[in-house]
Amino acid sequence: MQIIRSPKVYDVCIVGSGAGGGTTAKVLTEAGADVVMLEGGPMWDSATDSAMFAWNYESPTRGWGGDRKPFGVYDGCLGGWDIEGEPYTVGRGAWRWFRGRMLGGRTHHWGRISLRFGPDDFRRRSIDGLGDDWPVTYDEMKPYYDKLDSFVGIFGTNHARETGLHNEPDGVFQPPPAPRAHELLIKRACDRMKIPVVPSRLSILTQSINGRPACHYCGQCGRGCSTHSNFSSVSVMLPPALQTGRLTIVANAMAREVTVGADGLATGVSYIDTQSNTEHQIRARVVVLAASCCESARLLLNSKSTLFPDGLANSSGVVGRYLTDSTGLSVSGFVPTLLDTPRYNSDGTGGMHLYIPWWGDNAALGFPRGYHVELGGGFGMPGYGFSGGIHNFPMSQGGGYGASLKEEYRRYYGAFVNFAGRGEQVAREDCYCEIDPNVTDRWGIPVLRFNHTWSDHERLQAKHMQETFRSIITEMGGTPMGTMPGPNQDYGLAVGGLIIHEAGATRMGNDPKTSVLNSHCQAHDVKNLFVADGGPFVSQADKNLTWTIMALAWRTAEYLADERRKGSL
Amino acid sequence: MSGINRRTMLTVLGTAPVAAAVSFTPGTVQAYVAARAQAAQPYQRRFFTDREDATIRALADMIIPRDGRSGSATDSGAHEFIDYIVAEQPDRQTPMRGGLVWLDSECRRRFDKAFLECADAERRQVLDDIAYPAKARPEMSHGVRFFTSLRDLVAAGFWSSRMGVDDLGYTGNRPTVWEGPPREVLEKLGLA
Repeated sequence: MQIIRSPKVYDVCIVGSGAGGGTTAKVLTEAGADVVMLEGGPMWDSATDSAMFAWNYESPTRGWGGDRKPFGVYDGCLGGWDIEGEPYTVGRGAWRWFRGRMLGGRTHHWGRISLRFGPDDFRRRSIDGLGDDWPVTYDEMKPYYDKLDSFVGIFGTNHARETGLHNEPDGVFQPPPAPRAHELLIKRACDRMKIPVVPSRLSILTQSINGRPACHYCGQCGRGCSTHSNFSSVSVMLPPALQTGRLTIVANAMAREVTVGADGLATGVSYIDTQSNTEHQIRARVVVLAASCCESARLLLNSKSTLFPDGLANSSGVVGRYLTDSTGLSVSGFVPTLLDTPRYNSDGTGGMHLYIPWWGDNAALGFPRGYHVELGGGFGMPGYGFSGGIHNFPMSQGGGYGASLKEEYRRYYGAFVNFAGRGEQVAREDCYCEIDPNVTDRWGIPVLRFNHTWSDHERLQAKHMQETFRSIITEMGGTPMGTMPGPNQDYGLAVGGLIIHEAGATRMGNDPKTSVLNSHCQAHDVKNLFVADGGPFVSQADKNLTWTIMALAWRTAEYLADERRKGSL
Repeated sequence: MSGINRRTMLTVLGTAPVAAAVSFTPGTVQAYVAARAQAAQPYQRRFFTDREDATIRALADMIIPRDGRSGSATDSGAHEFIDYIVAEQPDRQTPMRGGLVWLDSECRRRFDKAFLECADAERRQVLDDIAYPAKARPEMSHGVRFFTSLRDLVAAGFWSSRMGVDDLGYTGNRPTVWEGPPREVLEKLGLA
């Protein structure tokens, strides 16, 4: 196949347009760099392409999306767990991998839960002796979190002051929306149990900012927001980058490898144009991988040359290693108090208004790391699966049919609450992705093989989640749904990858023998190569990743811009 | 944003025809497009035979009948949703088709005629034996499994329809100003 080479040499080539890529593009273009961005999927515009205000009854499946749209037919994220022609394989253990394929990547998928890490989250080894400390401290990260809060917009409150939890630092917050009724009921029970329930931190606007109007509370953030009132890379990061006139976006460009010169420096990226199935090469002075944690690791491992026989930036052998996902499990409960609650529009923002930050003292518990709890309930939009399994609902007639059943459906609507735990996995070298020696995707690019298992650290944490959620439901006067899974079922712990918080596959560190990137997310082995997604994370934290991916990308991009100014890149 | 601007925005959002505001890029929400196209024309059945469809409709309206507040399952088009989803989900096809045959066999065993030919009291006699999983006799297990699955589909179809949404009193999925739950809700829950 003939390779089509771009005549132009860009200052920076960014692979990926999601949280990390979008942030990097904004900061670099505003600093004067001429940037080209490769995106594996199609272009997408929140203003015109979202399914805002669509009804489930307008879809023949009533919202069910099948394999192509696993989070519902109107979900704003293109991609999925199983993408035709783009397989992955599993070696030891189990793993699931959700991939976004569109401009903005998985920022279209996430719940806008924007929890900045706390001081402890950067130094877990110093606290419990497990994993490693980050080469960056909270104090070094704080200015970038603050910039992000101010620029993107996020609601929340000062947890540290409210709860005394020092690992929940303050931010630059817009006022949070008032809690929903079921959230207040949960809080009342948790207050008695000394479990903190505080306003959540979502990057959804309650006040207008930077020309973006405040939320209109349709509750369907996951479809993409036509008014740009929530965060996505497309709504927030890419417009200012495009406005500089210095950002070129190449869509449908599936990156194959980072190209390298005789001097061992990156020279650009080769990619397949998925529409014409032709191979192209983009040339750039600096390459930033922001393709998502595992895709960036895959790119490095596939970038083999005589200079770098084990893959690029992999002299340590650590690329792909220390792969983590958040732990996760959910428990729902039937709460009789909520039966026959007068109806009100409980949509609010597209996510919880209250949540539970990690409150436990791990030194006094049998497991080392914590979790936060995402709260659900209320009068959701009826759709596919509505009131499924009503024959199992506590206090119901146990199934049946006819007028009494119809009335039962009405009564039980809104009478459930849900608790989803999202916790920290301890990073281990033996959780990793590697290149499968036998399998390529439809573009001929070798695919990843995953090896991932949980340890007792995670299993015991899951047990604690189960017991806690069930006791909160009981304290509310309710009945937990389903029996608690036992140790042979990992206490209900979701398979790795299912929470879509992959991190660590190109981790940072001060020692080039045990890490891929230095403290500026710059490859130890290749100074003009950076990573700006979840890959650099040294540990997960009991918080969602996105806010830290972006704060870190912002910091990386500023460092990169400084180095360019000094002429060292 | 000032109050006036905020109101203006809500007005714009509230009056703009959604269909005109939404367009789709390649691969996006294809079923949504199909649904809009389908809304203009009668549903074309994809899976069930005429006879199977008639039985599904009879069962659906026994599960969710018309009452003073709203119509029946078939009034809402739930049977069309069931046909569509069974066509889309191959794993449901044999259990659903086999369940319908099981039901006819059971009716023939008891009354020497198929379900559709049975009188209402006869139909109910069979349903009473398969509609309550925890109480059902073990020899009814296959019928129980079929009916449980069908009940869930009928419920999803009915309650997610426009008729069902109105009956439930779901008032969201539209621009609004968020002020938290109204006082009567807080009072009912003892939160006021």
